[in-house]
Amino acid sequence: MSLTLEQVHRIAHLARIEVDEAEARRTLGQLNEIFSLIETMQAVDTQGVEPMAHAQELAQRLRPDCVTENDQLALRAAFQAIAPEAEAGLYLVPKVIE
Amino acid sequence: MIEFSLAEIAQALASREISSVELTGLYLDRIARHNPQLNAFITVNAERSLAQARAADDRLARGDAQVLTGIPIAHKDIFCARDWLTTCGSKMLGNFVSPYDAAVISRFHEAGAVLLGKTNMDEFAMGSSTETSFYGPTANPWALDRVPGGSSGGSAAAVAARLAPAATGTDTGGSIRQPAALCNLSGMKPTYGVISRYGMIAFASSLDQAGPLARSAADCALLLNCMAGFDERDSTSLDRPREDFSRELTAAASSRPLAGLRIGLPEQFFGDGCSPEVMQLVEAAIAEYRNLGAETVAVSLPSMQLSVAAYYVIAPAEASSNLARFDGVRYGYRAPAYDDLTDMYCKSRAQGFGAEVKRRILIGTYVLSHGYYDAYYLQAQRIRRLIASDFAEAFRQCEVIIGPTSPSTAFRLGEKAADPVQMYLSDIYTIAVNLAGLPGISIPCGFAAGLPAGLQLIGNYFTEARLLNVAHRYQQATDWHLQCPAGHA
Repeated sequence: MSLTLEQVHRIAHLARIEVDEAEARRTLGQLNEIFSLIETMQAVDTQGVEPMAHAQELAQRLRPDCVTENDQLALRAAFQAIAPEAEAGLYLVPKVIE
Repeated sequence: MIEFSLAEIAQALASREISSVELTGLYLDRIARHNPQLNAFITVNAERSLAQARAADDRLARGDAQVLTGIPIAHKDIFCARDWLTTCGSKMLGNFVSPYDAAVISRFHEAGAVLLGKTNMDEFAMGSSTETSFYGPTANPWALDRVPGGSSGGSAAAVAARLAPAATGTDTGGSIRQPAALCNLSGMKPTYGVISRYGMIAFASSLDQAGPLARSAADCALLLNCMAGFDERDSTSLDRPREDFSRELTAAASSRPLAGLRIGLPEQFFGDGCSPEVMQLVEAAIAEYRNLGAETVAVSLPSMQLSVAAYYVIAPAEASSNLARFDGVRYGYRAPAYDDLTDMYCKSRAQGFGAEVKRRILIGTYVLSHGYYDAYYLQAQRIRRLIASDFAEAFRQCEVIIGPTSPSTAFRLGEKAADPVQMYLSDIYTIAVNLAGLPGISIPCGFAAGLPAGLQLIGNYFTEARLLNVAHRYQQATDWHLQCPAGHA
C-alpha cells in the first residue's frame, strides 16, 4: 500500500492541520515508511480473534447526575483566565454564522 | 545525602538531621548548577518549592509526617499541577498554567512531598529520546552527547544526575522503562488502572499509565504506595483494596532469597534484535538470578514481533482523538492570524504541534477513516488480543518474565531523529507490555562502554509487590544501581 499526496492533504484537512506542499511531500515519504512497518500485521490470520480495545475488561461506572463543584463562578473564572479569548463567561471564536 | 535512599532521607528528616527546606535548597542548587547542560527541567520555581518545604517542616515538627513528607520529587511535565506551567513538552501548551492538580500531584501533596519542578519530555509523550520536546532535547548524564531515552527523559536525567531524589513518569509504550534503562535507574510501569490518569495529559488512553523513576526498586515501592489507589474521576481506575508495595522487601536477606521463583525467558527477547553487549549483561543478570535461587524456563511470545506494528495503529488512533481537544479555543496556543473558524483550527494546530505529533495524528486519522478502519484498527486490536494471550500462556509456566529493556544502550542525540521507524523499533521489548496492560520494571544490570543497560522484569496483572521484590533481591546482591555518573556525585 502506498499513500498519495492527495490523500495526505485529505487526512491533514480531516485532522485540521494545515500543511503546505513541501511539508506534505516530506510527510508522504515518512508515512509510507511507517505504513510499510504497519503492513506486517496484514500477514497474520486473525479470523475469529476477538478485538481487544482495552487492557482491563471493565463495565462503565455510572455516577449520580448532580453538581459536584460549589464555587462555580470562581472555577469558571480560573479556567477562562487561560483561554486565548474569553468575555462575560463565554469563549470567543471567529464568527461562524453571518 | 544525595546518595541516600528515600527511606534514609525520611529517617534524616524525621530525626531532624536535615530540614525539608535545607534538602529542597540542596536540590535546587544542584538543578541551578547542572540543568543548563542537561535541560532535564522545563520549569523550576524555587520560591514555591521552598514554601511547600516549609509547610512540610511544620508537619514534621507536629509529628504527623508520612514517609514522603518533606522529600522533593520531580514530576514529568505531563501532570497538571495547579498554578504551575504544564506544557507536555509542546508549544501548544506553552502558556498553559494549570487550574487544577492531577490525581498523582494531589497524592504527593497529601503525603507532604515537595514539588521540585516539572521535567522535560517528548512532546505529548510521543518519542523515545526526549528530542521531540519543543523545549529542546535533554542530555544523558552518562554521556552528554547521548539521549536519556524517552518520553520521560527529563525525569530520568534529573534522578540519574542527582538533581532530584526521585521522579514520576508515564509509560505508553516504554516511556518509563526505556529511559530508566538508558540512565541506570529503576523505573516501573504498574498494571493498567492502578494509578489514576486524572489530570495526566492523555496520549493513548488505553495504554497510558503513570509510574515512578528512582534509584532503586525499594524507592519505587515507596513512590508507588503514594501514587496508587482508586479514583472515581478516572473511569478506568481500578477499585482494589489498598496494598503496601514494599511488604515483601522487609523479609530477611538470605543467600537464596528467590528459591522457588520460576523465571520465563521468551525466545523472542533473545534473538537477533538486541546488541551483543546488552545481551551479555542481560545473560549475566540471569546467571545472578540463578545464584539467588531462581530457576529459568524457556517460554514463547510468538506475536510479540507484531507489537510495534499494532502499537503504531492503536496509539496514533487514540492520540488523534485525544489531541482533537487542542483547537485554540479554550486553552493553549491560538495562531495570531486566520481567516475563519476552520482556518483558526488548522493554523493553531499546524503551528502549535511539532512534526512527530503531527505525524501520529495523521496516522491515527487515516487508520480510523472510512474504508480503512477494519484493515488497520480492528486488525491491530485483534493482534493486541493475541499478544495478551501469549503472555497469559507464558504466565502459566513462570511467575516473572525477564529480558532486555532496550535493544541498545543510549544512542547519540540526532542519531535516529530523522528516521521515525528506527526510533519506533527501539521500543520493541517494552510495547507488548502496554498492549497487554501488564506491570513491568526496568533495573540496572551493568555497563557497556561506560553506558548503562537495563534488565526488564514483567509480571502478571497486579503482581507489582512481587516484581519489586524480585528486583530488590537482585539489587541487594549487585551494585549496578548505585553507580553515579561522573561529575554528579
